[in-house]
Amino acid sequence: MTDGPLGILAELTHACPLACSYCSNPLELTKRSDELSTDDWRRVLDQAAELGVLQCHLSGGEPLLRRDVVDIVAHASGLGMYTNLVTSAIGLSRPRAEALREAGLDHVQVSIQADEAVLSDRLAGISSFDKKIEAARLVKELGWPLTLNVVLHRQNIDRIEAILGWVSELGADRVELANTQYYGWALRNRAALLPSREQLEHAETVTRAARERLRDQTDVIYVIPDYYSRYPKPCMGGWASRQLVVGPEGNAWPCLAAHELPLPRANVREHDLAWIWESSPLFNAFRGTDWMPDPCASCERREVDLGGCRCQAFQLTGDMERTDPVCVLSDDRHLVDEAVAAANSDPGSGAPASPGPVREPVLVPMPALVSRPHRAD
Amino acid sequence: MTTAVPRTGRPRVARFAKLRYDGSRGRHVLLGPETVVVLNPTGADILELCDGHHSVADIVDELGRRYDRVVDDEVTQFLARLA
Repeated sequence: MTDGPLGILAELTHACPLACSYCSNPLELTKRSDELSTDDWRRVLDQAAELGVLQCHLSGGEPLLRRDVVDIVAHASGLGMYTNLVTSAIGLSRPRAEALREAGLDHVQVSIQADEAVLSDRLAGISSFDKKIEAARLVKELGWPLTLNVVLHRQNIDRIEAILGWVSELGADRVELANTQYYGWALRNRAALLPSREQLEHAETVTRAARERLRDQTDVIYVIPDYYSRYPKPCMGGWASRQLVVGPEGNAWPCLAAHELPLPRANVREHDLAWIWESSPLFNAFRGTDWMPDPCASCERREVDLGGCRCQAFQLTGDMERTDPVCVLSDDRHLVDEAVAAANSDPGSGAPASPGPVREPVLVPMPALVSRPHRAD
Repeated sequence: MTTAVPRTGRPRVARFAKLRYDGSRGRHVLLGPETVVVLNPTGADILELCDGHHSVADIVDELGRRYDRVVDDEVTQFLARLA
């Protein structure tokens, strides 16, 4: 008997006013006209609750672009789920925010791209920084706990001290400083995004100090880029073990990058969630440890990192069954080492000339950067 | 990572966390934005007393009334793991 999932990530739409170069959406975006209806989402959430789901993350794209986001929140909340809105904050007007509060929304995560408007707006591809700060203040004013989400990369990681300044200023309850994970758009833009070792060391020093300073106020979460690790991350706590993702078109996945894998689809328009979770070939493809090849199969860490990430293995080697190339025991580790070497070969292109906070944003030319389109249609 | 939990401290569940009973598992659960902790009955008892009014010493006393044996360390270690 498979344990039920704890959380669902509902990707309500791929449309987004922002166009970040590290976007986690697929390269092929779902059209608005192909999105699930409100009733579809209600049915999916009912089925998720029956499976034991306790948390509902509403994401995208920009979930606030869905006119029915308040109805969807109210439904999830009515099922007793912890509801979490993951938003750019564009579109979080006061009336909308009040309606979401009324609907029972528990938590809001607002993304910021940098510590000030010029760099943040350039990274987001749209004038947005001031609106984000305003919306973050509104979140606190309405009594919600606030998480600030910051995706770190070569272009903004040296600004981390000033970004943490906003965390204090806004009274954020949590901050997620997550280095970019290299899938989809981010992999395509990796050379412009992967920080140098020197940049990472600076960021980690600043973060440790902030964690101490903000101990009673803010939970500071820092996620390293796994390219700099010896061992892979236990992606999603194991394939189809704790969470599931449902995309705008109704495709369900064990993780938000798995749409890139050559596996059979499972769609909530055709199957109920219990069948998808328990019986679909997709969700059983890498469950447990039986699927593992060596070096994972005979490794004492196989229950620790669970073979790492299938999407990373596929994207870097073309074979989704191989050991995650991040692992130092992988025959493919050179693929990661080469990217890391490139990120450290030209200190002038991203790393600060001297350690310590940089006062003005460093505008780095990004010839290789491919912007994710704002909209799918 | 564990944090020291003083006996005089008055712990409370973080503002962004929610404690509730989950019928499908028959357990209390502590829900946060990125975490789910499925609690055993003792854990649930401890957390229900984490209201910002009871001190750790109060919680140990109260649990002592409910159970045969309560070891201070077990309460503080439990709280430290969640901190």
